[in-house]
Amino acid sequence: MRKIKTTVIQQAVSELCIRANTQLRSDVLSALKIAYNRETKAIAKDMLEAIINNAIMAKRERLAICQDTGLPCVFVELGNSLRIVGDLRRAINDGVKTGYKKGYLRKSMVTNPLLREGVSFTPPVIHLEFIKGDNLNLTVLPKGFGCENKARLKMFLPTASVVQIKQFIIDCVREAGSEACPPFIVGIGIGGTADYACLLAKMALLEDINKNKKTDHIVGRLKKNLLSEINQLNIGPMGLGGRTTCLGVNIRTYPTHIAGLPVAVNISCHALRSATIKL
Amino acid sequence: MKRVTTPLEKRKIVSLKAGDKILLTGFVYTARDQAHKRLLLAIKQADRLPIDIKGQIIYYCGPTATPKGRIIGSCGPTTASRMDEFSSALLKAGLCGMIGKGRRSKEIISAIKRYQAVYFLTYAGCGALLSSFVIQCKIIAYPDLGPEAIHRLYVENFPLIVGIDSKGGSLF
Repeated sequence: MRKIKTTVIQQAVSELCIRANTQLRSDVLSALKIAYNRETKAIAKDMLEAIINNAIMAKRERLAICQDTGLPCVFVELGNSLRIVGDLRRAINDGVKTGYKKGYLRKSMVTNPLLREGVSFTPPVIHLEFIKGDNLNLTVLPKGFGCENKARLKMFLPTASVVQIKQFIIDCVREAGSEACPPFIVGIGIGGTADYACLLAKMALLEDINKNKKTDHIVGRLKKNLLSEINQLNIGPMGLGGRTTCLGVNIRTYPTHIAGLPVAVNISCHALRSATIKL
Repeated sequence: MKRVTTPLEKRKIVSLKAGDKILLTGFVYTARDQAHKRLLLAIKQADRLPIDIKGQIIYYCGPTATPKGRIIGSCGPTTASRMDEFSSALLKAGLCGMIGKGRRSKEIISAIKRYQAVYFLTYAGCGALLSSFVIQCKIIAYPDLGPEAIHRLYVENFPLIVGIDSKGGSLF
């Protein structure tokens, strides 16, 4: 059985935190460039130019893309035939701490959510999945809270139509408006339980926004329709109008119960940041 | 492009219209949720505020740590509407301008009108870029709040757009 030391994991997480926060994902950057060329409204074009220049500067100067360096979400895919030598949770936690410190990122966590005390880099939120093989895949998604505050869940009736679901998602985006830093990337989770649908929506943000993964007909059409209808909302970059409201829609589904149909929406600001490593 | 300096003068404020592009030079004070809560408490208890806000601008911003050799880290705007419940009292106390991102409530729009103030927008999610317009940065109050402490920034040609003007004209 392959073994991996937690010191290796800690180092990897630390580097992922810095990379995710300072280097905008290439799929997002290329979507921004396409949007810039297509946009016709002057103020929207100006904003898109600033966003692109910001990403270039952040990478060059190793600065955080956004001062909200997010709540660090760490996704772990653990191979069945891999043995972790040491405390995995601690390794991830320490990796986040060292990465955020080394990268001059922001302490955006408060230890006590009600007293709002104890400003800190950690703890991250960790999600664990099991995979075949002996690899360990780690992804860090620093999630800014301007957009995380706009996450929504609705438990639909199992007899609900796709039109109703689509309307709910569009309403969520409209409500997010200028506060969540448009243009958005919209992650959608359909199925599972209430909590799992929310996770699916967030995991949908990890997928390449320019690739059309193989999916069933109904999901493919929903994705396409959502992208075009959201872009007709005229929210635009910074909420000042324009045709660029959404850079991409990703949908993840999971089987669900006969009595329900959970639908979750997790919106990302234009600074969708994540970084992955295979160990 | 209009040039604006701080402290703001009423004459200048009333000349600004929603949609105007601005280059700001002068001091601005960062404050977000927790700093607002404390400022309001100080006003309620008739305590002296840690900053004289008359004629000043509050920037809704919590910067990252400052990398070695730099003046400030990434420092873009945060969502302004979270400060809506506090802003009227600050405007009443003499605050003249706010910088943030996103919409404001109806109450704030009328308070902006009443006190002849202005709400600016700046490039949201562009904290790295915006750091290049900051010439000085100093924590001057509530250091225990970490990134939410009040920082006094001296900015030069900081890019803004008038979001809500003193007559209640709004871009949203």
